[in-house]
Amino acid sequence: MKTNTISVLVENHFGVLTRITSLFAGRGYNIQSLTVGPTEDASASRMTIVVDGDTEIIDQVKKQLNKLIDVIKVVDLTNEDFIDRELLLIKVSAKGKTRFSVLQFAQVFDGSIVDITPNFITIEVSARSSKIDAFIALLEPFGIKEMARTGRIALARS
Amino acid sequence: MNGAQILIECLRREGVEVVFGYPGGRMISILDALYDVPEIRLVLTRHEQGAAHAADGYARASGRVGVVMATSGPGATNLVTGIATAYMDSIPLVCITGQVPTTLIGNDAFQEADICGITRPITKHNYLVNDVADLARIIREAFYIASSGRPGPVLIDVPNDVALAELDFSWPQEVAIRGYDPTITGNPRQIRRAAELIMRSKQPVIYAGGGVIASGAHKELCIFAEKTGIPVTMTLLGLGAFPGAHPLSVNMLGMHGTVYANNAVNECDLMISVGARFDDRVTGKLDEFAPHAKIIHIDIDPTSVSKSVRVDIPIVGDAKHILKELIPLVSELPIGEWQAKVQDWKKRYPLNYEEAAGVIKPQAVIRRLSEITKGEAIITTEVGQNQMWAAQFYCFTSPRSFLTSGGLGTMGYGFPAAIGAQIAFPGKTVIDIAGDGSIQMNIQEMATAVVNNLPVKILILNNTYLGMVRQWQELFFGHRYMATCLERRLECPHTCNAPSDACPKDYVPDFVKLAEAYGASGRRITQPEEIEDALREMLASKGVYVLEVRIPKEENVYPIVPAGAALTQMIGGMA
Repeated sequence: MKTNTISVLVENHFGVLTRITSLFAGRGYNIQSLTVGPTEDASASRMTIVVDGDTEIIDQVKKQLNKLIDVIKVVDLTNEDFIDRELLLIKVSAKGKTRFSVLQFAQVFDGSIVDITPNFITIEVSARSSKIDAFIALLEPFGIKEMARTGRIALARS
Repeated sequence: MNGAQILIECLRREGVEVVFGYPGGRMISILDALYDVPEIRLVLTRHEQGAAHAADGYARASGRVGVVMATSGPGATNLVTGIATAYMDSIPLVCITGQVPTTLIGNDAFQEADICGITRPITKHNYLVNDVADLARIIREAFYIASSGRPGPVLIDVPNDVALAELDFSWPQEVAIRGYDPTITGNPRQIRRAAELIMRSKQPVIYAGGGVIASGAHKELCIFAEKTGIPVTMTLLGLGAFPGAHPLSVNMLGMHGTVYANNAVNECDLMISVGARFDDRVTGKLDEFAPHAKIIHIDIDPTSVSKSVRVDIPIVGDAKHILKELIPLVSELPIGEWQAKVQDWKKRYPLNYEEAAGVIKPQAVIRRLSEITKGEAIITTEVGQNQMWAAQFYCFTSPRSFLTSGGLGTMGYGFPAAIGAQIAFPGKTVIDIAGDGSIQMNIQEMATAVVNNLPVKILILNNTYLGMVRQWQELFFGHRYMATCLERRLECPHTCNAPSDACPKDYVPDFVKLAEAYGASGRRITQPEEIEDALREMLASKGVYVLEVRIPKEENVYPIVPAGAALTQMIGGMA
């Protein structure tokens, strides 16, 4: 099983997101993350879907996506040269001595501090998903109160 | 014009001559617009499901887009089985549903259902029309999407305020959908590679499906098979794509296929699939399907390719186009030995059944019906044993003459579909081969047939059981007949393993009286010597005719490949 990043350009209609998600649910494909947002063209949206599966499954996923009338273009970025980012907001326990360590880690990961209260620090990090995984792992011992990840967005380089 | 008038004008311009439908509160405005358009005939069914299947039968028989209309809420949800049936078998339908006004959508309004949400996985595409300005474009797109590429149903949900909104009509000259462009012509390199593989093959088989009929490729298929000398097997939906009596035909393969077709598949070294999708009822156990074969797969739908069976040479495109390209690249193959082997299987293991004195065998009835009609009737079926006997023992001679729910397996399909086919071809003989169970699922459409002077024939093979499920209970569940006996009454014991003399006698309903109640004719036969006369009487009758044939209660369909077993694991048919 391999993790694949698929970029899907879709019509900016209501109901398109449901078409995509119900396709995945109905055929039993596993979505790891899905993001959707506007593009340079107001009539289209871009979805970045991260999906696990072996080659045959991923081929079917791409073909099934292409079959939807509201899907304009499907690009599998997995084997291409592409840039990807994910945004993390994480609220960590930080009292007394641990405060400094948390701030240091945030600095190393180019994070910005978006909120500080007497007991918690909230950090924002934008990075590749693997780096975000590493950051979360580092903060785990301090006590993670809450966190939210956007899921991966991606663009091909060329 | 208002939205409803625009809608009807669009249907007229799309060449729609007949619409199947049922009214309701949110449909009145659309029906009102039909009032002034005599060139579009509305066939009022007695249930929306009947309307959907009738539109499907019309589409399958004629090759045109079937149109069905129903109101919001329950009207729309009653279409669902019909839409799913068409979707699974790639049948072009345009389904128009009324909807509550846009201002009420999401309010749980009276007769509101999110039909676009409900039908999303069973339509090729669907639309909720929010603005009357989009209506004409959407209808053009719907007809284009339904009928092009791999055909399928498209639903258009029209809120009542949109139907009443006024707008100057303008007809979109062109359809342009940037996310939809089906591949029609096959890749020339793939076609050349396929031709090379075909010319090198020693034991090839053509496996033809419903796609041959959908693309109108039956002539090309025949030329291709005759030129090369390759035997042809057909799926259930492919029956009629190649003449059943042709020397190269090995008839249907799969779960209830012929021994010789399944043998040919087991031993072939090349399988040329044309418009078929390797359904589980065809392949049986996938690992052991066509184990020695390379596979060429011609299909218009890329998602069908390598979905279940790994394909060596896929060719995506329209079957007719691709076969036309392929024919000049092939010639007669030196495969006399293989052909002889196949012919030998055909002789040794013909489709057969045990004759028994004093009882009517369903297979004998269908075989005789096939002979009398010379295989030229339009046959529809319900689902179950009736369907399989029809597929096995009626010899189809032309495409679009066998209308059956293959993918979804919808009981209650055959009779309304026969109504649709009869409307498409008023002069043809249209016969629904039914079981006593499935005919009851849409029997209310007798009224539709009678009042519209549609002389549809209904041949009910009455074994007093839901026969196919009972057959599985007998073969695979130790004769535990649970919920399959239609003669069962309150006083029957909880368990039952076999019919006996103590069984209740009066079958409910009395199909002959029922036919008469609807103003149709009916006859019941129980003895083999009545078959000839009864079939001739049925075929000669000018109106709706119900022929109820009492058949042995525990008659089985053979051969049968148990679900999930390899095609070599056939039960029956080898005697």
